[in-house]
Parts: sequence; structure tokens; C-alpha cells
Amino acid sequence: MKLDAEMLWLTGGVIVLLLVGSVTGWWLARRPLAEAGRKTVDNLNARMKAWWVMTAVFALAILTGGVGSIVLFAFSSFLALREFLTLTPTRLGDHRSLFWVFFVITPLQYLLLYYEWYGLFSIMIPVYGFLILPIRTAVVGDTERFLERAAKIQWGLMICVYSLSHAPAILTMLKIPNFTGENGKLLYYFVLVCELNDVLQYVFGKLFGKHLISPKVSPNKTWEGLIGGISATVAIGAALCWATPFTPLQSAGLSLAICLMGFGGGLVMSAIKRDRGVKDWGASIAGHGGVLDRIDSLCFSAPVFFHLTRYYFSE
Amino acid sequence: MTPSVVATLLRLITGARAQWIGCEPHPRPRIYFANHTSNLDGPTIWSVLPAELRRLARPVAARDYWNGGRIRRYMATKIFNSILIERKQPTRTDNPIDDMLRGLGDTGSLILFPEGTRGPGPDPTEFKSGLFHIAKKRPDLELIPVLLDNMNRVLPKGELLPVPLICSVSFGNPLLLIEGEPRDAFLTRARQAVIDLRSAVIAPNSPRLEPRHEA
Repeated sequence: MKLDAEMLWLTGGVIVLLLVGSVTGWWLARRPLAEAGRKTVDNLNARMKAWWVMTAVFALAILTGGVGSIVLFAFSSFLALREFLTLTPTRLGDHRSLFWVFFVITPLQYLLLYYEWYGLFSIMIPVYGFLILPIRTAVVGDTERFLERAAKIQWGLMICVYSLSHAPAILTMLKIPNFTGENGKLLYYFVLVCELNDVLQYVFGKLFGKHLISPKVSPNKTWEGLIGGISATVAIGAALCWATPFTPLQSAGLSLAICLMGFGGGLVMSAIKRDRGVKDWGASIAGHGGVLDRIDSLCFSAPVFFHLTRYYFSE
Repeated sequence: MTPSVVATLLRLITGARAQWIGCEPHPRPRIYFANHTSNLDGPTIWSVLPAELRRLARPVAARDYWNGGRIRRYMATKIFNSILIERKQPTRTDNPIDDMLRGLGDTGSLILFPEGTRGPGPDPTEFKSGLFHIAKKRPDLELIPVLLDNMNRVLPKGELLPVPLICSVSFGNPLLLIEGEPRDAFLTRARQAVIDLRSAVIAPNSPRLEPRHEA
């Protein structure tokens, strides 16, 4: 990947943001606080530490070019799918299908990205996976809750693998005029806007949140957080248009799409967690929960951002 | 391949983490006894122990399985440091209890599956008497109930290839053999201690609302 001035500005900006977050967390931790506040601050600091690591990993992947990013997202898909299926009841009869899901379909989806085979990339899971996986399960012959099991496995595959794979697809499958070789910045922009949206909704929610959007689904999502977070993110998104092939207005519109889908993704994945009776998908990222807790918004916004950009800007 | 590399690889496949609920990791001689649903059970418990304890803990495993092939035999003897026992036709000179007592030495620990064979579901079947006999001969051993959750989904009985779901290994309160306690009463109590860990582990990794990966 070309390490041009714009890429350096993006990276520098993120480092400044991380510094601001870490210093704020450190300052808050020094003040005397009540029990609940202490917990929030400890969690904030754990989150900030994890953000440094995640940013470093992501930046390295982008710098190594296409391969690094594909490997990073493939591995994220694998971990997310694993968290999803761990919390999804399956039966012995699903074992062989699950093996295919983890070790054949997931790697193949990312291999198709590497070989830039767009046609098969976009139908392998929704057509071939969708039809063949239940056949494999039916052959085993366990009919109990058959449709439910088949549907849940397919759903996990669609969210954790198919949808997420559209993020690195920005690198290899968008041919934008006058932007050749610069798609790394577009991927950086997409991930940055999506994650900023998560963070700013969290920050605005903590500072001003009063009115819950859906108390049964999530105790943390408030109208104040949503509106404040999205407005700020869209403004930043528009201001980042120099790193993209978009005009400021186009950039604002695409940021809005990313924000809305990201918010929706968080909400949907929370609803599933509440139904399963858990708070987080896992415990692998300190402060954040599991991998899927961190990337749920990316999963929902990646295909939409990819297709909007492809439709309006790609050749 | 060193034991610590194998342990790391195993933890990666099973995603397993130790949860010390009723006791702390400690190098004193212990028997870790657990429910048994998969051939990876012994290696999994072994892999989540801290390195210092891992060197002391010896999984008890079936000789007929682990002697069946060079790789398996190498893993069992050189990596896991297993105690391989004869479970088909024990004789007076070749019986599992003596093998385990010898294998324990003065400082070792055991990883033991008292069901003797892999069960079909998440809850253990009846315990065999081995645990009782060893507890009686070695009252200095701490008896730690261990619950393996999700292993029956990772590598169910009869399957060759594992699926990488996340497992948990929970360690419960040490059990004591009460003076004069009858064999069956003790074994029932021990089995219940393993089952009870499930409610201590609470909901997180084990949704119980629907039938799970049962045969």
C-alpha cells in the first residue's frame, strides 16, 4: 500500500484521538469517584488500552497491503463466527456442516477476495452455502428443530463472514477512476467512521443520555447518544473527504449510511445477546467483550458502504 | 513440539480458559476429576493449567486408544505425560489403580475421568469406583471437581475433525472423603459436585434454554 501524505494524516489523527482518550481516562481515574463511576472509568481505561492495540494491528494490516488486510478480516470473521456459534444451540447432526462453515466456506470467501473473483464472492454464501449446508445436515438425518438450526448457522455465516468480508472488498473489488492504488485510504476511512460512530455514541450517551431507545434490547443506547454521536461522526466524515474520492456532501451522506447501519447492527446483535441471556459475546478483548461486540457495527455497515460506493463511484 | 507449544495450540483450538471457582491453582497433589465427552478432554484440562501445575498433572487415559498409532503414543507419553491404563481386562498385576498410584508419585497430580468412558451428553454418567479407591489410599490428595463445558460440541464421540467452538473449564470446591463414607454415596456426591458446577458457572457460555449438542 502506498504510504502517502493523506494516509499519514489519517494515522496521525487517530493517534491524537487515542492520546486524548487515554489522557482523559488517566485524569478521570485520579479523581475520587463513587462506585458506579469508578467502574465506568476502569472500563473506559481498559477500552482505551485495547483501542491502541486494535489500531496498531489494523494500521499494520493496511500497510502490508491487500494480503494483510484480507488475513486480518478473515481471522476476525473466524473469531466472530466462533463466538456466534458457541452461543447458538446446535446438535450433533450439525457437526459436519459446522466443520465446513469454519474450515472451507470462511477461508474460501476471503480467498475469492484475494483473487478478485467478484461474481463468486458475492453469491458463494447466499446461494451455494445457503442451499448446500442444509443438504449436508439433512443427510445426517437429525430432524429435530431442523429449520431453526439450519437458519441460525446460515445467519451467523451471513453476518460474521459474508457481511464482514465486504470491508476488505473495498481494497480489492472497487475500481474507482482517479483513485487507483489508493483504496487503502478508503478502507481506513470506512473503519474509522464506523468505529468513531460507536465511540461517539458511547461518549454522548454517557454524558447526556437520558431517553432510552429500546430499554429491553440495550440499557446503553439513548436518543441523545444516537443523535449526538451520529451528528458528530457525519461532520468528521465530511471533513475527511480529502482522503476519499468523495465531495464533502457525498462523504457526509456515506458517513450517515455507515452510522445508521452501524447503530442498527449494534441493536440487532444486542437483541440476540439478550435472548441468549448474556451481556457480551465473549471476553477476548479487555473492556469491550468479545470480537463480535467490537465489530457488530462493521458487519452491518460494510456491505452497504461497499455497494453504495460501487454503484455510484466504481467503474 | 514442546509441551507448552502444544498447550498453546490446544487452547487456540478449544478457546478454553480456566475458571477457578472453588479453589486456586496450587501445586499441591490433587486429583482433577471431570465429566468426559471427548477425546480432547484430558489434553484440554492439562492445557489450561498454569505451566508449573501442568508439569505435575498427569492425565489418566485409555491405553487401547492412546497406543493406537505412533503420533498418539508420542503425544500421550512425551507431551501430556499421561498414565496409560488398561480398561478392558485388568488383572491382578495390571490394574488401573496401581498404575495411577505409581504414576502419582509423591508430588504428582492426576487428571481423571471417573466415568471411564465418554458419555453422550453434557451431564456425566455414573462414576466408576477408581476415584474412591485412590482417595482412600491417598487421603493427602485434594479432590477437585472439574466441569468441561462445550467439549461435546468441539469433538463429539465418533467424529474425527474438531469444530473450534469456545469451551470452558471450571474448577470447583475441593471434596473430602468422609471417614467411613460408603463407596456409592461418595461417588454420587462426587458426580453431583461436577454437575453443580454448571449452575456456578452461570449462564454466560452455556445457553440451556434449548436442547444443545446432544446425541
